[in-house]
Amino acid sequence: MALALQQLINGLTLGAVYGLIAIGYTMVYGIIGMINFAHGDIYMVSAFIAVTGFTLLAALGVSSVPLALLVVLVVSVLFTSVYGWAVERTAYRPLRGSTRLAPLISAIGMSIFLQNMVQLTQGARVKPIAPVLIGGFDLLTIDDFTVHLAYSQVLIILVTVALMLAFTFVINRTSFGRQQRACEQDRTMTALLGIDVDRTISFTFMLGAMLAAVAGVLVTVYYGVVDFYIGFVVGIKAFTAAVFGGIGSLPGAMLGAILNGLIEAFWVAYLPPEYKDVATFAILILVLMFRPSGLLGRPEVEKV
Amino acid sequence: MMLELRGVHAHYGPIHALRGVDMAVQVGEVVTLIGANGAGKSTLMMSLFGLPRASAGHIIFDGEDITGLPAHAIARRGIALVPEGRRIYPRMTVLENLQMGAALADPLNFEVDLQRMCALFPILGERRHQRGGTLSGGEQQMLAIARALMARPKLLLLDEPSLGLAPLYIRKIFQTLRELNRDHGMTILLVEQNAHHALRVAHRAYVLQHGSIVLAGTGRELLASAEVRAAYLEGGQVR
Ligand SMILES: Nc1ncnc2c1ncn2[C@@H]1O[C@H](COP(=O)(O)OP(=O)(O)O)[C@@H](O)[C@H]1O
Ligand SMILES: [Mg+2]
Repeated sequence: MALALQQLINGLTLGAVYGLIAIGYTMVYGIIGMINFAHGDIYMVSAFIAVTGFTLLAALGVSSVPLALLVVLVVSVLFTSVYGWAVERTAYRPLRGSTRLAPLISAIGMSIFLQNMVQLTQGARVKPIAPVLIGGFDLLTIDDFTVHLAYSQVLIILVTVALMLAFTFVINRTSFGRQQRACEQDRTMTALLGIDVDRTISFTFMLGAMLAAVAGVLVTVYYGVVDFYIGFVVGIKAFTAAVFGGIGSLPGAMLGAILNGLIEAFWVAYLPPEYKDVATFAILILVLMFRPSGLLGRPEVEKV
Repeated sequence: MMLELRGVHAHYGPIHALRGVDMAVQVGEVVTLIGANGAGKSTLMMSLFGLPRASAGHIIFDGEDITGLPAHAIARRGIALVPEGRRIYPRMTVLENLQMGAALADPLNFEVDLQRMCALFPILGERRHQRGGTLSGGEQQMLAIARALMARPKLLLLDEPSLGLAPLYIRKIFQTLRELNRDHGMTILLVEQNAHHALRVAHRAYVLQHGSIVLAGTGRELLASAEVRAAYLEGGQVR
């Protein structure tokens, strides 16, 4: 019982991180119909910016945790959104209108490029940082097992919930969000209404990158270590979450991510942990067999 | 002169869809373009926005050569299209569709223009929170016209607005076009396969065949022309 509660907390934390990244996959898919395989690496770049930032701030003697967090978040989001913009501009836009496969291969190339760039400049070894946020709440103890809620978990969940709310508001209520949805439904028509579609696509990439950047910073605070390979592993998990929930659907990405996080956490607690990734993908395959468009995805047939 | 095409050619890969089109639309005119299926009418409309880009020739709008500009820049100069098949946003509400139409207009005009559209097409006001995809074909066509008008265009283009609609809606749409032109001076370029209504509202008209203009005249002249009657008015097409 206590273990289950603990894993619920851990799973939600993990799910929140996946969710922040999954949104980038699902939005880009929604607007240009491609899987941005370099998206996970954007998250990895952000984690490295966070490591550098926290180390630098500590060296400068900044001891206030909220201040350090805020500075690192802002810097990382700014840098990373430029990365997101540049990736789209250089690797995808020139290929728009060519075959469906071309941008996919370009995306994989971009992913390898980002990984190698970080590996070359930062080294291949795991980079640790001094813990940023220590401590937490002991919620309850049952039979010697204490359920612990770390401050970093509270931070991750609160920041994620706040961002998801803000993000949902932007997409559903602002004119940028409306233009973004319009491009998803009919890009040509949207251009005919005078909207600069290329610019909307650029913003979409930047927005997705910003959310992934926040995830990168939060994970650095949570785990305290990063390496150049995390973008691939976590990226694939977040991508799975997006497909699980129904690629192209924002609530779907959030739901899929939470489920993915919970499945992983509970599997690790009760079943052979080395099979946790197998489990995630097996469940994905099962879901897709019965619901090919994912949990909240639209069936492909709707077209007026 | 509102719009002028000078020797416009357009291709889709190897398909030569427009073969040197010359035509003009004067300020305040209703001009109709008729032609059989596949003649290149829709291509002509879309090529005004550079989709596809004219492979030769020039398109002059309001005194400016707009050939080669990106589509959104052309729309911003004051051309609005009611496209073939309507292309309203099915997963947006009626209101959001109209907001998209007004994306470039002065936000201060929005409420006034919205009221105007609801007066023109009362059904849109009643259904403003309903998703576009749930409207009937005729209602969607009205929405597409209203969306185009929300931009306060100088030139309104309509590509087969009567296609597949019930006679009641067809009458309503042609009546609206006539009023827009007569009462508000709206310049209109209308494409139709069903020529009867379209020629009657037109000041002037062109006939497009295999990507070339083969006939031009006033609406009345073309209505009376034997060629036009045989090809576009008889054979079950008169409504
Ligand atoms: N997207 C396209 N790709 C290739 N060929 C096209 C495309 N659209 C139209 N065509 C071709 O161009 C010609 C003109 O088509 P279109 O402009 O749609 O005619 P209309 O609107 O008069 O029925 C036709 O031969 C059609 O097959
Ligand atoms: Mg057509």
